[in-house]
Amino acid sequence: MSGLALTPSQTVGPYLSIGLPWPDGPTVVPEDTPGAITITGRLLDGEGAPIPDGLIETWQADPDGRFAHPDDPRGAPAHGAAFRGFGRCPTAPDGSYRIVTLRPGALPSPDGGWEAPHLDVSVFARGLLDRVVTRIYFSDEAEANAADPVLSAITDPARRDTLIATAEAGDQTRFQLTIRLQGEHETVFFDV
Amino acid sequence: MTTHPPSPPAGLTLPSYERPSGLHPPLDSPGYRSTALRAPSQPLLIMPQRLTEITGPVLGEGRVGPADADLTTQHAGEPLGERIIVTGRVLDSDGRPITGTLVEVWQANAAGRYQHATDTHPAPLDPNFSGVGRCVTDSEGRYRFVTIKPGAYPWRNHPNAWRPAHIHFSLFGRAFTQRLVTQMYFPGDPLFEYDPIFNSIPDPKARQRLISRFDLNLTEPDWALGYEWDIVLRGSAGTVFEEQR
Repeated sequence: MSGLALTPSQTVGPYLSIGLPWPDGPTVVPEDTPGAITITGRLLDGEGAPIPDGLIETWQADPDGRFAHPDDPRGAPAHGAAFRGFGRCPTAPDGSYRIVTLRPGALPSPDGGWEAPHLDVSVFARGLLDRVVTRIYFSDEAEANAADPVLSAITDPARRDTLIATAEAGDQTRFQLTIRLQGEHETVFFDV
Repeated sequence: MTTHPPSPPAGLTLPSYERPSGLHPPLDSPGYRSTALRAPSQPLLIMPQRLTEITGPVLGEGRVGPADADLTTQHAGEPLGERIIVTGRVLDSDGRPITGTLVEVWQANAAGRYQHATDTHPAPLDPNFSGVGRCVTDSEGRYRFVTIKPGAYPWRNHPNAWRPAHIHFSLFGRAFTQRLVTQMYFPGDPLFEYDPIFNSIPDPKARQRLISRFDLNLTEPDWALGYEWDIVLRGSAGTVFEEQR
């Protein structure tokens, strides 16, 4: 074991949109894919102002709760590696982002029990010297959410709610979640 | 709604990644003014690493075009400035190369101007330089770009503020835990001591690890100067952490 010293983080700065967005970044699956859902929202700062120069990245399991990845000990997904699982969307001038994907499945947890369906999220922006990490859960998974170990570790229910995307007008293919970096209703961020 | 079996499979054993403390800049770094309204005020909650965290997107050749690793050949003419080669390895702290992983870069041109609508620095744009590159690491974890040495540029953080010349790097590694975006600098830059972003890294020795090394052996005669810069992502938990330099 060589114990090499780690490389520290630096901010993406104000010009991340030169290098990081992809034309197909926001569409984890094509828009017309059966079962596709959209997750939209805005990225806001400590004064509630939109952040127009941020980037939202998502990573998630497929609908069966599987990952096309060598470190998933359960083996390859039934449907192969076709599902990218990864989304990235630069924020618009109004701070908005939009991800089109499939609803992830629940995941077994090594400590027993199950994790509710979720996406891991990285947020990058000018003014963030390192990414901040959060999660997106779904409001129509109340039972699974109640048993989720990550949500359960958040003692304040109002803080827990900052991670739960809500279905728009009962449409369970369209979810909405605001990400607030600071201040009132600040999103819960994690050290992973 | 999701349905799943009543009990999880037994024996789900996952790799775990080290959690560096004191390595990255504090999110609230007052010297860098933009952190004031963007750094979360609540402490980060420790989250155990489970399946979503120890996996990550496998992004390889499909994301990279043939000209993406040479930023000097993306247009009809050659960009102005000092042609350079930037190469190095992507490793984890256990010393294992991270192969087949996507490396993305972006940078200012030789005059210190980004090709971006909100960059108002009165320095010329270069029609032959976009400042965007991508490549995939080889079987030894090595990446290689040909580009132009970026210029320093002013910013409005404080009076007479200038950023040292840098190239932005985006790394995925093999797991969500390893995702890293950082900046590579050039040796001997006189602006280091004045830059609140570089100096936001608490440990002065860790700052030095963002500075590339000029290498005459990488330098190609009559053509381009060579710089080497290795990137080390989080390794397995339990790694003994030693300073290399």
